[in-house]
Amino acid sequence: MADVSHHNSDYDPVFGDYVALLKPRVMSLVVFTAFVGLMAAPVSLHPVESFCAILFIAIGAGASGSLNMWWDADIDAVMRRTKARPIPSGRTTPDAALGLGVALSGLSVLMLGLAANWHAAGWLAFTIFFYAVVYTMWLKRATPQNIVIGGAAGAFPPLIGWVAATGSVSIEAVLMVALIFMWTPPHFWALALFMRSDYDDAKVPMLTVTHGRPSTRRHILAYAVLQAALAVGLAFTSVGGLIYLAVALICNVIVLKDALRIWRRDEIDAEADNFSAERAFFRFSLLYLFVHFLAILAEALLAPYGFGGW
Amino acid sequence: MSIRVESDMHRRRRSQNIGVAVCLVLFICLVMVLSLVKITNSGPVEGYDHAPRPALADELSQ
Repeated sequence: MADVSHHNSDYDPVFGDYVALLKPRVMSLVVFTAFVGLMAAPVSLHPVESFCAILFIAIGAGASGSLNMWWDADIDAVMRRTKARPIPSGRTTPDAALGLGVALSGLSVLMLGLAANWHAAGWLAFTIFFYAVVYTMWLKRATPQNIVIGGAAGAFPPLIGWVAATGSVSIEAVLMVALIFMWTPPHFWALALFMRSDYDDAKVPMLTVTHGRPSTRRHILAYAVLQAALAVGLAFTSVGGLIYLAVALICNVIVLKDALRIWRRDEIDAEADNFSAERAFFRFSLLYLFVHFLAILAEALLAPYGFGGW
Repeated sequence: MSIRVESDMHRRRRSQNIGVAVCLVLFICLVMVLSLVKITNSGPVEGYDHAPRPALADELSQ
């Protein structure tokens, strides 16, 4: 837990410091995937209800980000990637992050229930609990599968969007969750391969440290294969169509090619070209998820004009 | 002794205060618009309003 006592007492936090506690970059991914889940659903909400649903899903995600920063402030201070965050840099106190996280969690769940339905609100509450408690407090520092578990929490927004519109879970929503779930671990394992000192310094049991780097390379390939199967499988559900299928095929061929390259290399090869394959895999995986969900959105938006869907 | 209208603390916390105020106003507007949408989309709402409504009494008895 956070034991950070270097809050700068001369500095008064500005509004942006509290916004930074909500991890706005993660929120943007949540907004996008939840929006796609909501738009792809066969039931449409009133635009105001849709806006509120997305807004409160995003606020819920931000709340769990704030709780994560409160608990992880000690390791955030060690890692280069995270040491500029508001708590380790002394711009806000851990108590402020805890208060903001708890308050916004309650507000977001309550408001999503009122704006959409209580089934969606239940899923949002579960997601916040899963990310803040199960992942951050319990398993992140205890198991090398931490990224797999954390990925599960980040995967729920399209399902919450779907449930907000339809009131129930369906195979399409589950497959969208599964796609993000399978995408997350190889994305972060590739990052851990070329940013190794960060996680080592923070004593977070990343797969690269506990099982070795050759094992991490094998894991990346295995997850890339499963991810490709799920991505292509999603094309044959009601949210898929020709556009999505073409996108899924092209993207997954590229990912599998990169994953095979990572699997075939050893550390000497990787260090010789400054981890170019690992960096390429990481960069493309950022685009990968965005393009897949954009294709699902395109199918949903074009369907009324006779273009999207099967 | 003159009264300082604005202390140092107020000036330093202006960004925070303005941000919170804007968020609260937006939240109030959002709840109002959402309520209007919910009420107007939920169809006609009828209930007892201090006067007997024979039509509703018939519905309840059925």
